[in-house]
Amino acid sequence: MRETLTRLRYRYWPDHLLGEILSKRWTETAIPVILLLIVGFALSRSLEHFLSPASLADTARQAGEIGFIGLGMALVVIVGGIDLSVGSIFALTDFCALYLLDVLNWPVPAVVVVTMIVGGLLGAVNGVLIGYLRLRAFITTLITLIIYRSAYDLLIQRYSNAIASAFPDIPSWDFIGGGTVLGIPSVALVYIVIAIFGHVFLTRLRPGWHITAIGGSRRSAYNSGIPVRRTIALCYVASGVLTSIGALFFAARLGTVGGDIGVGLEVIVLTATVLGGITLGGGKGSVVKSMVGVLIVLLVTNGLTAMNARGGVNRMALASILLVAAMVDIRWQKNRTRIISKVYVAPTYHALPPPPPTEIGKGGPFEQNDRLREVSLIGLGRIEAPEDVILDRNDVLYAGSRHGDIIRFFPPDYERMEVFAHIGGQPLGMAFDKQDNLYVCIGGMGLYRIKPDGTVEKATDETNRSLYSVNDDSRLRLADDLDITDDGLIFFSEATVRYEMDEWPVDGLEARGNGRIICYDTKTGATHTALRGLKFPNGVAVASDGQSILFAETFGCSIKRYWFAGSKKGDVEIVMDNLPGYPDNINLASDGNYWLALVGMRSPSLDLAWKMPGFRRRMAKRVPVDEWLFPNINTGCVVKFNEQGKILESFWDLKGLNHPMITSMREHRGYLYLGGIANNRIGRFKLDNADPDFVQYDKRWGKSS
Amino acid sequence: MKRVRISQQEIVFAVFAALFLSFSIFLNGFLSADNMLTLLQNVAVLGILGLAMAIVVIGRGIDLSLIAALAVPGGLVLQMVQNGHSLPASLLAAGLLAIAIGLVNGWLIAYAEVPPLFATLATGLFVAGLGQAALFQLDVVQWSDGMAGFERLGQGSILGIPTSIVMFAIACVVVFVLLRKTRWGAYIYAIGDNPFAARVTGIPSRPIIVLQYVVAALIGCFAGLVMAASVNSMPTRIFNSTLIYDVILVVVLGGIGLSGGRGGVVNVIIGTLLIGTMLNGMTILNIPYAGQNLIKGLVLLIAVITDTFLNPRNEETAQQGDI
Repeated sequence: MRETLTRLRYRYWPDHLLGEILSKRWTETAIPVILLLIVGFALSRSLEHFLSPASLADTARQAGEIGFIGLGMALVVIVGGIDLSVGSIFALTDFCALYLLDVLNWPVPAVVVVTMIVGGLLGAVNGVLIGYLRLRAFITTLITLIIYRSAYDLLIQRYSNAIASAFPDIPSWDFIGGGTVLGIPSVALVYIVIAIFGHVFLTRLRPGWHITAIGGSRRSAYNSGIPVRRTIALCYVASGVLTSIGALFFAARLGTVGGDIGVGLEVIVLTATVLGGITLGGGKGSVVKSMVGVLIVLLVTNGLTAMNARGGVNRMALASILLVAAMVDIRWQKNRTRIISKVYVAPTYHALPPPPPTEIGKGGPFEQNDRLREVSLIGLGRIEAPEDVILDRNDVLYAGSRHGDIIRFFPPDYERMEVFAHIGGQPLGMAFDKQDNLYVCIGGMGLYRIKPDGTVEKATDETNRSLYSVNDDSRLRLADDLDITDDGLIFFSEATVRYEMDEWPVDGLEARGNGRIICYDTKTGATHTALRGLKFPNGVAVASDGQSILFAETFGCSIKRYWFAGSKKGDVEIVMDNLPGYPDNINLASDGNYWLALVGMRSPSLDLAWKMPGFRRRMAKRVPVDEWLFPNINTGCVVKFNEQGKILESFWDLKGLNHPMITSMREHRGYLYLGGIANNRIGRFKLDNADPDFVQYDKRWGKSS
Repeated sequence: MKRVRISQQEIVFAVFAALFLSFSIFLNGFLSADNMLTLLQNVAVLGILGLAMAIVVIGRGIDLSLIAALAVPGGLVLQMVQNGHSLPASLLAAGLLAIAIGLVNGWLIAYAEVPPLFATLATGLFVAGLGQAALFQLDVVQWSDGMAGFERLGQGSILGIPTSIVMFAIACVVVFVLLRKTRWGAYIYAIGDNPFAARVTGIPSRPIIVLQYVVAALIGCFAGLVMAASVNSMPTRIFNSTLIYDVILVVVLGGIGLSGGRGGVVNVIIGTLLIGTMLNGMTILNIPYAGQNLIKGLVLLIAVITDTFLNPRNEETAQQGDI
């Protein structure tokens, strides 16, 4: 009963999503968004007219005006600076617009353009000083804040009466100030357009990336050739222009030049920026964060004003929000990786019946023997980590190495070796196609093709992304083994979509079906996912019927068959299950049966732990990684099985010295060649009663001259 | 050829000297003893605040809540006395409030690791709001009879020197001793110079940082009392003014780099003198307030630019997040 409940709970409850969601970048934006929703909800409950169209439109207008300044501030903060002068620039450009319109009676388009130019110039002063002369942003904008403010004070002393007495009646100006399109205020509309552009700019365009790069590390940006000075200067110009846009809407809406316009605006905008989660010091931030921050600040201040709170309460609320937001942001940034690493591992329920016996004297097909003791060794100490081995029709032996090379050994004694091709990632499964191209699965990279002359080409490194995946599963993380059908389809296994290659034991600990079988069509170059939800799929071999593949699920301890053609197309059926070990590569044998490597044998402790997901989760949370349970890979064997899933014989090495771990085996001209991903050698074993002329290439593609 | 390196401190001092000279030559009555005293008196409070800011800036921080620490505890004393409490009790309450401000600042910065700019911006806003919402009845807290005698902290003179200047001098001596003669002061320099190295060396950097902000808040509170005593009231709206920017300018122009670990009391005095001289000269010239600010800003800008040309920073050594 309890087992059933556990099984159902782990089958249907998506534990793994928490870690995947938390490791997404957008969760950082989610925190301010949630705060915004809470604030909005609280205000709509406590204020009667909060959600009325008039109130919302008014909020949208103010949000738009401050939003522009917020965008400018975001840009400057992301590039690693700060702009305290925005309040004064706001006041000056507000004055500029009203002066041009009311005193000089310029047409509206000219007013708009000139005001934006003035804003840009005021920002350019900051930009030149900070970007080119490399003054400190904080102190420089502090000084320009004072200068611009006093210039504004001097100007309004002279012109405020002229501006106050003018009542321009220009429809286009009124539209800027109070017009709506489909009920949306003009300012909000313009803001949305600019914000969308800003988002694309920051995330998709080269200058935006430069800005983030400079903020992240100014020195690295400089060393990699980014025009640091110019980019920084332009950010301040942009800040000035954006501020002037906000001022234009403000001027059109209110038309006043009071003495306190823009005073303290820099504090509000700065609060909004930090609240949105844009990190001071640069390198991190987005348009959405800026927008959310502005909205929160505005809602809180407006809400408190509407509730007739004293000015002081308003300030206290703003300050408290700023502090809490900053603290949450900082703690999260600091502990993010640690929290994620704790919750990312999400073990699931995986029950296996007791394994068949392997002990000597117990009988059965897995009974241990010592037949592999007498193997001869190839390339001892000269090769590292040959996960798979393969021979071409000229008897040349190929193997992968940990250094990212394909090494080949030449007959007859396999003493002479050379690097056949350098790829750069760990080569895993290999297969030859009819044209003698060697296809290789590269862990962490994908499927690659090596031509007979040794040139390396990428075959595929991505597949279709599944609809509900949180982790991007379009990239291939751990392509493992492959085989090629007569029609040129390459079926290859991807062991896991949740972990990197070096973390494969963790995937075993999780025991979830994270892996998949992917199909690459050599004719069209298209890739698609054929099967998903497999427990560490590993070896793949095309069955002798030519319509199905056999594949091993390492942590499922089973061999399955998948029909890709014929009447049963799309079906999956179990060939063998409850193996005593963890199956790895599958290859053809000369007598029409199949070879299978068991990379390690099951142990009672991991079998038990697999039935106890809670235990494994606690282990992952509380115990350091190197103390975790680890699948046994110290002893393994090679077995031969037939089409019906019956084990015919097994080969063991009781001494355990020559091949502590076997991940692959390949039969060739009466010999069996053994590879192991932890070994520094390739084994060669003389088979009795084997066809001395068997060559896998000939068997698959026919004998050629 | 040996390259002559001129520090910002020397540049500012040269600017100050040039200004002082030209004012003495071209302005009638500038060099009189009376005017000199007025000059100093006007900037005494700014100077005291500069000392508080200097301690924090040397420790690689910044304290934007200083003005709140000046206005609110100072105002609290006046308000409490007005409400009938005794002067010592009121002073004690103000001192405790200042310590509380400092502790909160310090905790946020040292333990919660909030950047000082934000922590103090927010606490300043909070404290100002607290005063506005809960403590004061009016924006300007008036002098009351219970305060009798206390005005001598800011008015009158001791041995012919106006009291506020004496107070600035006392504050200078205290801060000088703290920074240069105590181990605690040496730790502040170490932390400002390289916080990580200081921590590795075994300096209890977090408690030191907290202490830094507590002392700054206390000095700010002292400046507030001097100010209240000299004008016989506490205009709490001072928080809305640009005074905090003036304080930062005093410190930075005096030559205390915002990246910490450099400078001392002398730099604060130089910075204060420069600002004082400028303000005084312009007042004599009868330039309006806004114009004074404009000129002040331009002079400061020129000083900072000159410094950058003489002591350029480069991308290789500029610190991360060095704003």
